[in-house]
Amino acid sequence: MQALEYAMKKTMYEKIWDSHLVVDEAGQAPLLYVDRHLMHEVTSPQAFEGLKISGRKVRNPHSILATMDHCVPTKNRNLPIADPIAKKQIETMADNCRENGLNLYDMQNPNNGVIHVVVPEHGFVHPGMVVVCGDSHTATHGAFGALAFGIGTSEVEHVMATQTLPQKKSKTMQVVVNGSLSKYASAKDIALAITGKIGTAGGTGYVIEYTGSAIRELSMEGRMTLCNMAIEAGARAGLVAPDEKTYEYLKGREFAPAGDYWDQAVAYWKSLTSDEGAEFDTTIVLEGADIAPQVSWGTSPEQVVGVDGVVPSPESFADEGKRKACEGALAYMGLTANTKITDIPVDLVFIGSCTNGRIEDFRIAAEVAKGTKVAPGVTALAVPGSYHVKQQAEDEGLDKIFIEAGWEWRDPGCSMCLAMNGDELTKGQRSASTSNRNFEGRQGKGGRTHLVSPAMAAAAAAAGHFVDIRTL
Amino acid sequence: MEPYLKHDSVAALMDRSNVDTDQIIPKQFLKKVERSGFGIHLFHDWRFNDDGTDNAEFELNKPAFKGAKILVAGDNFGCGSSREHAPWAIADYGFNTIISTSYADIFYNNCFKNGILAIRVSQEQLDKVMAEISANEGVRFTVDLENQQVITPAGNGFSFEIDPFRKGNLLSGLDDIGLTLKHVDKISAYEVQHKQTFPWLWA
Repeated sequence: MQALEYAMKKTMYEKIWDSHLVVDEAGQAPLLYVDRHLMHEVTSPQAFEGLKISGRKVRNPHSILATMDHCVPTKNRNLPIADPIAKKQIETMADNCRENGLNLYDMQNPNNGVIHVVVPEHGFVHPGMVVVCGDSHTATHGAFGALAFGIGTSEVEHVMATQTLPQKKSKTMQVVVNGSLSKYASAKDIALAITGKIGTAGGTGYVIEYTGSAIRELSMEGRMTLCNMAIEAGARAGLVAPDEKTYEYLKGREFAPAGDYWDQAVAYWKSLTSDEGAEFDTTIVLEGADIAPQVSWGTSPEQVVGVDGVVPSPESFADEGKRKACEGALAYMGLTANTKITDIPVDLVFIGSCTNGRIEDFRIAAEVAKGTKVAPGVTALAVPGSYHVKQQAEDEGLDKIFIEAGWEWRDPGCSMCLAMNGDELTKGQRSASTSNRNFEGRQGKGGRTHLVSPAMAAAAAAAGHFVDIRTL
Repeated sequence: MEPYLKHDSVAALMDRSNVDTDQIIPKQFLKKVERSGFGIHLFHDWRFNDDGTDNAEFELNKPAFKGAKILVAGDNFGCGSSREHAPWAIADYGFNTIISTSYADIFYNNCFKNGILAIRVSQEQLDKVMAEISANEGVRFTVDLENQQVITPAGNGFSFEIDPFRKGNLLSGLDDIGLTLKHVDKISAYEVQHKQTFPWLWA
């Protein structure tokens, strides 16, 4: 009996997996049911084309929420989009959603914004769901205890046609963050520190569950930032068990269960947490108090160091691959080994993206920016993740703080996170960016990206170089 | 999808780790609404100089690697974004096989949806085939998916593991969606139960 009970102990991932299995037969990949399907303009057009060619229909239009975010301008929205190819992509999205009866928050819609910011605002994702999107940062929604992961365009078509996906079961990794974060260390710093510790392939094949008191202390916005970057550590999905914060956040939102359904839903959500004693394939432990504000120095999100550190030298890596990667990164980034991080100057500062474009991010950045001026020669962009974030920030007077400090206050979009919409670095320019990837050319060909938290970005804008915000 | 047949092709060497999808197909080329024509942009920022001429330093521009169908690359190939434009570009350029020690999960799935065989090998095995290409650029390898074998002239061949479902689909060129729709009754039955358990999701 004892052995049986032991065998039945499940992680949250296993519970969600088991409850979504539609077909599990020998000789083929298990078919997993998909509850919510999120869409944007870049990874969907070829899927709609495929559907049309094969004469198939969208099985459950109500399971889809779509927005336009990657290509949209963040200023002069009233003017036509200058780039004809981007314009066509935007128009194709609108046509596809209209023809298939899908809920689209287009550029003019007051609900518009970055997909992974907009979706939670409307309570579209709940604990225990399986959620997909043709976007690797779908992992964001794991903050609600949903199994959320990015898929390719062929899979987008597959989900539209069948509401399912053939999937291979992942291994489970528990990342425990004990204690509490120090002042000004944030969810972003946890995410970067984890990636630094396990590497960008460290989570490949795994779903991560984040546990520990420092995780429980994070707000929902913080949990979204953390799960968002699970993919940067190679894991397709990150999960945080739902709790009172989760329920409080969801209650009353447009797509949240209402009336008598609310209590029924909460009871179900409470049953989802990993069982006491459930086993994970791997466990990683960090101490919250040890996590300094992080700055990436290279061209991979695993190339990070605390702000009080220095740019490492290639010789400091025992592994030959990492040594070569360090050499290449230093050359691309125009950095010399052993330079103090706080001596690195910046040309452009970007606060925004699905990682750090939520109200809490602008609040803490405004707190740091208040009364400062953007340093001479530095451009600073504040790009809210959605019109709702923008409105909320303006209601709180945050926009005035940024504008008075010399920042540009923009309309929502992915903007400089991947620089598809015309907001980009020029060759050799260096950014402090709250986005998620510092790959070569990510923010513009030849551009040099340093990933940081919103507070660190705001401090860098004022100083013209990185600053240890713990000393402010 | 074209069925994947046994072939004998040039193997190109890309001795770099963590090649990300932003390098495979940079974001400025993601605005097209078609699936085709991405090959000319493969590795654009590495492959071309600022004036649009070929960058002679870039490995795939070596004359010996022209027409290669096999790409041998370092660890964690295809990390980063979910963009399927990456395997579309790789396939459109002419590759149908990648050999590496590991791949990012989403990229790996995307390869098989586009007729690309992504082979996982040990570090030791990879080092051997990389050395063979370095010593003899333009060397041709034989890839036999049916028998799960790669054969090389210098005898560094190996057998590889592959999920039987993925193998079957590659060999037959079958459409995943068609296969899933054979189970449409089970999907419908699942949804009936789903509506009863979670009525708020269907309101």
